[in-house]
Amino acid sequence: MSNEKHHIVPYHVYVVILGALLILTFASIGITSIELGSLTVAAALFFAVIKTYLVLIYFMHLKYDKPYIGIMVGAVFLLFIVVIIITFLDYLYR
Amino acid sequence: MESTHHAHHLPYDAEASKIGMWLFIFTELLLFGGMFIVYSVYRYLNPEAFHLAGEELNTFIGAVNTVILLVSSMTIAMSTSAIQKNDIRLTNILLGITLILAVVFLFNKYFEWSAKFSHGIYPGSQEMLGTMSQGEILFFGLYFVMTGLHALHILVGIALITWTMIELKQKKIHHEKYDLLENSGLYWHLVDLIWIFLFPLFYLIH
Amino acid sequence: MQEAQSALQASYLHHQGRYKGLLGWIFSTDHKRIGLLYLYSITTMFVVGLLLGLAMKFELLAPGKTIMEARDYNATFTVHGVIMIFMIVIPGLPAVFGNFLLPLMIGAPDVAFPKINLLSWWFYVAGVFLVLAALLFGSGTPDTGWTFYAPYSFKTGTNMLPAIFGAFVLGFSSILTGLNFIVTIHRMRAPGMKWMKMPMFAWTLYGTAWIQLLATPVVGITLVLVALERIFGIGVFDPALGGDPILYQHLFWIYSHPAVYIMILPAMGAVSEVIPTFSQKHIFGYKALIISTMAIAFVGYLVWGHHMFTAGMSGTAQYAFSLLTFLVAIPSAIKVFNWISTMYKGSINLKTPFYWASSFIFIFMIGGFTGLVLGSLATNVHLHDTAFVVAHFHYIVFGGVSFSFFAAIHYWFPKIYGRMYDEHWAKVGWIMFFIGFVSLYTPMFYLGMKGMPRRYYDYLPEYHGANILSTFGSWILAMGFLVIVVNLVRSARKGEIAVANPWKGKTLEWTVPSPPPFENFKEIPVVGEKDGPYNYE
Repeated sequence: MSNEKHHIVPYHVYVVILGALLILTFASIGITSIELGSLTVAAALFFAVIKTYLVLIYFMHLKYDKPYIGIMVGAVFLLFIVVIIITFLDYLYR
Repeated sequence: MESTHHAHHLPYDAEASKIGMWLFIFTELLLFGGMFIVYSVYRYLNPEAFHLAGEELNTFIGAVNTVILLVSSMTIAMSTSAIQKNDIRLTNILLGITLILAVVFLFNKYFEWSAKFSHGIYPGSQEMLGTMSQGEILFFGLYFVMTGLHALHILVGIALITWTMIELKQKKIHHEKYDLLENSGLYWHLVDLIWIFLFPLFYLIH
Repeated sequence: MQEAQSALQASYLHHQGRYKGLLGWIFSTDHKRIGLLYLYSITTMFVVGLLLGLAMKFELLAPGKTIMEARDYNATFTVHGVIMIFMIVIPGLPAVFGNFLLPLMIGAPDVAFPKINLLSWWFYVAGVFLVLAALLFGSGTPDTGWTFYAPYSFKTGTNMLPAIFGAFVLGFSSILTGLNFIVTIHRMRAPGMKWMKMPMFAWTLYGTAWIQLLATPVVGITLVLVALERIFGIGVFDPALGGDPILYQHLFWIYSHPAVYIMILPAMGAVSEVIPTFSQKHIFGYKALIISTMAIAFVGYLVWGHHMFTAGMSGTAQYAFSLLTFLVAIPSAIKVFNWISTMYKGSINLKTPFYWASSFIFIFMIGGFTGLVLGSLATNVHLHDTAFVVAHFHYIVFGGVSFSFFAAIHYWFPKIYGRMYDEHWAKVGWIMFFIGFVSLYTPMFYLGMKGMPRRYYDYLPEYHGANILSTFGSWILAMGFLVIVVNLVRSARKGEIAVANPWKGKTLEWTVPSPPPFENFKEIPVVGEKDGPYNYE
């Protein structure tokens, strides 16, 4: 198994992704400084999710790995979301 | 590697150590996940207090630290490409940059925390108990625990990267066997991922 | 016979590694030795926990103070709980039999990370000593119950920190075991051993490993928060500072409910190995068993709130948790039906492991059905925090672990030690343990329905009769346990030499000599197209 050929990611891909991440960071700073009420949290989280996706797919190589690792990662995030929703069934309706 | 003649000889399996690292990352995600549940519940229960307390934090330092972590994430990701191309020198430089950025992050954190301490903001401080609402106390309690725990992970990351650099120097890591480098990278990206959520949740409540 | 003797000499038991004697065990990275290290340490801790349990039952022999004060009773049930849950129930089957058997069952030389495996045992030992330190030193034995409920856990003056830290370290040990198993199953199955050819025990270890991995960190962070609350007063669970103690309960049970499944899945797996072997028949509904294993693992993660029905949760959450709890009953029942169907028209070989496995089904069903009584909201209000709950979870947790554990230890005993246990005394031990178990816990169902609360050292005179029966039961159970242990220890030294496959099992561990050689397989086996784990055609 040690001789499996790995995909070598070109350096410029990482630079482009970093650029995107930085833009998203400043965009989230910008959008949260506008008064959007309850949408502020949603906007900040939305940008955070996109950033997470980019880091997972490119920096953490999920794009180039066997698909089952990506499926596991997705499942873990999904489980966490389900847990938080169920917890909030208590707090939202208390 | 120390002598392992009493152990079974398992063939080198890069994918096994990679999955092992991913599984460990899952435990870390749920560790912080528990904290995020606590955070979201208290934020839901005390929206105004969290808003008020969030104003106290310095968005600028937070943003600088975000940029630092993102750049360091890129450099360590690049180092896996460098090692695959068998460019040891570049791998070393990229890891070195990552390490320096990690230390700078901790410095920033140190100054940020000491500024808070000097204003009497720390867990259990009398000033907080006297002047702040319950929601604000909770905000700062969570702020210190979560960023503190994150800083602890930065320290672990620094240790891992240092170990990687030592093994690189000893030529135990090379273009055919670089699982430690890859795993340190994965760990470092995890630290980055958590910060991606900590930053908006603490610094960007306006 | 000659062959068997030489197998014993060449086995892992006599393998000479870097260290000799005891050091050769506690620094061994061989999965079989680590499994036995766990077996011995868990048995030792079980004796401690059992003695504490016996002390509690003795206290309840008569109303009022019998042998201890209320304070001591609180400390006793706390330590009993911490030891039994964190040191026995959770590592029990996965760490002992999982370690010993998983590589053998899937045709691997060892687990994926042998050193981490050893580290996991060392963490276990460290955790044990930390918890014991909480008992012996400092300002008094912890008295919160094993659940460490806030706010009392950070208000009480007793020595909580070492106990909390110990539980944290034990959690780490459990995570490392789980991590190792998942990677081993993904990467080290023998050629031809497809996922759908893995033995059920390996499948249940896989499900359990995921729970260990994904649930334990949540209790880890919760315990850290309680510790920080004690040291710094950060306020997260302190109502005086705006914290919500019910949130503690949520986080605690997000782990501690799935913890039950960490135990019950491999217990079911072991039973799923024993029943086809002794029925000499293909297991019924192999795929259904796998799917129900994974369903239990997943849904079991989401039912934690049924521990908190009377804590002040919202009504919506109560409905949701009650519904989810009932859902878990479906895959559990599927398993029971599959076991029964496996026996149907089989040629049953009535040996001790089969006794244990079939009584496991009986005990598990009582535990399961009373769980539904507690899972429905209306009856829960009446029964919450009564002896009924104690009886229910001892039927599930203690019954589940002990009956499957003893099934497993008798079943795999020839493989582990290369000798046969004594069949007669093994059956005596079983019947005593069984009678003791049933008479210990069944009266507590009755007591709970009559309103006797749990965790009290005293009770009203009308509860006296049932309590006497229960205490008597505890003595029979302890004697049964003694018979079993003495029989096994004696057999490990003097028992008849065992052949490689005394039960005619069809899984891979029976293809190697008993006890297995250090390297497990001389050559990694290849599983053919037609071979399966339970092929009795």
